[in-house]
Amino acid sequence: MAALVLTHARFQLIETARTPIAVIGSAFWPAASMLAFVVPFVGDDPVAATYATASMVTFAVMSTNLFSYGVGVADDRVQPWEPYVRTLPAGALPRFAGRLLSGLALMAFSLLPVVVIAATLTRASVSPAEFLLAAGATAVIAVPFILMGLAIGYSMPPKAAVVVAQVLFFPLAFGGGLMTAPGSAPGFVENLAPYLPTGASVRLMWAAVGNYPLRPGSVLSLIAWIVTLAAVALWAYRRDEGRRFS
Amino acid sequence: MMLARAIEVSRRYGDTLALDNVSLDIAPGELVGLLGPNGAGKSTLLSLLTGVRSVTSGRVELLGGDPRRPVSRQCLGVTPQETGLPASLRVGEVVDFVRRHYPDPLPRDEVLAQFGLTDLVRRQTGGLSGGEKRRVAVALAFAGRPRIVFLDEPTTGLDVEARRSLWDGIRHFQGGGGTVVLTSHYLEEVEALARRVVVIGGGRVLADDTVEAVRGLVAVRRVSLTSPVPPPVLPGVSATDREGDRWHLLTPDSDRLVRDLVAADVPFTDLEVRPTSLEEAFLTLTERNTEESWLLSS
Repeated sequence: MAALVLTHARFQLIETARTPIAVIGSAFWPAASMLAFVVPFVGDDPVAATYATASMVTFAVMSTNLFSYGVGVADDRVQPWEPYVRTLPAGALPRFAGRLLSGLALMAFSLLPVVVIAATLTRASVSPAEFLLAAGATAVIAVPFILMGLAIGYSMPPKAAVVVAQVLFFPLAFGGGLMTAPGSAPGFVENLAPYLPTGASVRLMWAAVGNYPLRPGSVLSLIAWIVTLAAVALWAYRRDEGRRFS
Repeated sequence: MMLARAIEVSRRYGDTLALDNVSLDIAPGELVGLLGPNGAGKSTLLSLLTGVRSVTSGRVELLGGDPRRPVSRQCLGVTPQETGLPASLRVGEVVDFVRRHYPDPLPRDEVLAQFGLTDLVRRQTGGLSGGEKRRVAVALAFAGRPRIVFLDEPTTGLDVEARRSLWDGIRHFQGGGGTVVLTSHYLEEVEALARRVVVIGGGRVLADDTVEAVRGLVAVRRVSLTSPVPPPVLPGVSATDREGDRWHLLTPDSDRLVRDLVAADVPFTDLEVRPTSLEEAFLTLTERNTEESWLLSS
């Protein structure tokens, strides 16, 4: 089973790596957003810059996964290769886990510029322990968004997947408090955020890089989202039969 | 034990009934040709037997289990559509990807050599010719050392030589105890390989018999002629079609029909005799079937 997961992950990574523009593109937007929004506004404040970088990482994790999985999987499903892979003796698990692994690897690559910019162009700073914690937290918070992407990708055609990803994207970012410093979002956002996957995720990130107090509510909410989205993604995968006359 | 079974299977897509109460048994070591026009339900039947889709009613079995469960597919080999190979991956990588899914696959070099792909191992599949892609697709069906393979149009787009060598490969696999289910547009291909033929039309099994018996059913010729008067009713004509003063007669014995037309002094011009395409023959078979039920009893 583990070997099959690696096989699927490797297959995904090779495919992606042979289209280098896709890899570069996924690294471009988070870096550009750092330069446009974080460096000029909070770059001089060590605490604010650190939190803002953590928010930006969360933002990038959400958008990259929502689009690359939601739209990517929906696109794959209309290719004739997908029904063929379903005749191979493998179930959903190695395929999902393989996509998860390859997604994490690509994300690590695309977040590298964000970390470099934060370290060199802002006064954001973390201790080595905090850095490792943050890296671990990044991997954890990627999971719900990868699963959300899979759920979208396996339940709708590519055009619908693009729209749904776009529609979800902004309310999740705003409602989760990604666009504001910790504690300074409008009141209703502060109340709602811990129960959105974005808000629960960014709180974990803030706690990893600073002194932000982590509350059990947001941790439980993150776990609940992971379980729920995994169930939805699995359900969508099982009921999917590809195109009707493929 | 039957290697693959469909038991009173129906499959619906919304309001369309793609398969209507189909039953089929495939025994170990058989080489079965599956024929039918496009949209007849052939692809749907294959997708049910290989676990891609699920039945609306009835039951399918693959090696005694539910083909939707991965473990039932461990001895199954299928050809992907050649247009669907992942374009950026190399031939060797695709073969390895497929092999790694099986408990006891063929060695990579053996798969490549058997299908003449050794020289293509480093090529990306997107850059291959149509015939090369087809060979990769067929090789993938055998990569996992299957007991049963489903070959969907295995030689479409291959030249005669490549087609013959692939036929040899399929015969070799069957000779070693393998089971083959083959779909094809080429009647010649089915005749060359299969002993048993199943004809699907309108979502049902129209005929399930030996090649000889089915060939008799679909060997129909079209005799076309221009004549100012309608041709008389002649024996053996199964259908008559008219476009102005152009007449099209369908018959299993065109030689006799031409002799009869001459003997009857029909003032015809522009006589043309051609074999009906397989597609037309199936249509005839399908239409005939709605009127007469004798085909079903065969």
